Amino acid sequence: MTSKTVLHAKHLEAGAKMVDFHGWEMPINYGSQIEEHHAVRQDAGMFDVSHMTIVDIEGVDAKAFLQKLVANDVAKLTVAGKALYTGMLNEQGGVIDDLIIYFFTETQYRLVVNSATREKDLAHIGAVAADFDVAVTERPEYAMIAVQGPNAKAKTATILDEQQQAAVEGMKPFFGVQAGDLFIATTGYTGEEGYEIVVHNDGAADLWQKLLDAGVRPAGLGARDTLRLEAGMNLYGSDMDETVSPLAANMAWTIAWEPEERDFIGRAAITKQRAEQSSDKLVGLVLESKGVLRGGSKVIVEGGEGVITSGTFSPTLGFSVALARVPRSIGETAQVEMRKKLVDVKVVKPSFVRNGKSII
Amino acid sequence: MSNIPSELKYATSHEWVRAEGDGIYTVGITEHAQELLGDMVFVELPDVDDEVDAGEDCAVAESVKAASDIYAPIGGTIVEINEDLEDAPETVNNDAYGDGWLFKIKASDESELDNLLDAEGYANSIDED
Repeated sequence: MTSKTVLHAKHLEAGAKMVDFHGWEMPINYGSQIEEHHAVRQDAGMFDVSHMTIVDIEGVDAKAFLQKLVANDVAKLTVAGKALYTGMLNEQGGVIDDLIIYFFTETQYRLVVNSATREKDLAHIGAVAADFDVAVTERPEYAMIAVQGPNAKAKTATILDEQQQAAVEGMKPFFGVQAGDLFIATTGYTGEEGYEIVVHNDGAADLWQKLLDAGVRPAGLGARDTLRLEAGMNLYGSDMDETVSPLAANMAWTIAWEPEERDFIGRAAITKQRAEQSSDKLVGLVLESKGVLRGGSKVIVEGGEGVITSGTFSPTLGFSVALARVPRSIGETAQVEMRKKLVDVKVVKPSFVRNGKSII
Repeated sequence: MSNIPSELKYATSHEWVRAEGDGIYTVGITEHAQELLGDMVFVELPDVDDEVDAGEDCAVAESVKAASDIYAPIGGTIVEINEDLEDAPETVNNDAYGDGWLFKIKASDESELDNLLDAEGYANSIDED
């Protein structure tokens, strides 16, 4: 049985090709994935991300609970609306999920976690919360639309009322604000400027239509994947999972090691890995000749073997890029097994495009 | 239902074949195949003068989704390839039966055409997919 988001009818209206995405019937594209990709890099596109799970955390222990639950430290959040990206780890130091935490007050936070991991996330969050005075509330009554691209903010502004425009005016990256009936955040999964907008299910189709009328182009999961990969953003289940350390998934920057006495789940395991430099690492691969690097392919490096975790053709760059988990001994080049042949690739930092421009 | 022109012959592996006269046949992939593959990003073609057997993999259509082998529907010599696809692989998506053709073969044995499907046969074969 597949679930549908409240925008399902709008997708069909826009000519979407629908696919099963972890139990959700979602648009893979509306005709051309590559054209949708370019729309986001050059103008403005929108994604239905209503399948993602919103969880509100409230209570006197909310801060202490999150300091236990995730690898980053919510104590860094002091300005209302500020957001933080991090991972929830298991005791072995594997990533249960990655998530964004929005801070409102020290007793009130909002989490956005992945849809494919919803059930295990809620079970884990609930189990950890049992020792704290907090209420954990899933918010299925909300839909979410991500509007992304260099013209995303300007086009969105045309459909906001004066108060909402004032609320988002000059908002820095990685902030969120409740503006009338919308929660508007300067977050995203594309490497472009834009908003992620949380809207009540009852108003979602109307908001989608207004954005469409304002010239924002619908974009599907296909473009979402090539955009996030170019931006070097991880996809849970591909680039990391419960068996992968955040240190092997380019998530070291999402871990707060100080203060040392903060005992977050998984700390002991990843502290040991960090001291021993024993984990693999995530790198970027670039193939400037013909062909497309694909997830699952073997990567041969100096001193060992690794694996491509995500690979694609990059529409912005015109050649293929990939994320790969490899031994730390890797040099500046590697070889990838492609269609039974070994092909030379360049090794770069795991990030390829930002704000429409190559950063290789 | 995707477009399946009645004047062409088809292989179950989703190539189409059009007779151009003088034993020369143009080969491409069907509308259905390009729909399955999605946006095309690279097309690797054989070289002119290559000898191919019927059923031999002789080209690759690589899309955002997957790399797919293209099989020679009949045996013969490659006499021309569609060089425009080098810079515009999306032509295969936009005009699968026209400008998106892949290569032309001079047939070595025209009786091999009899092994291919007509439009109705091909339509039935993709219904079974």
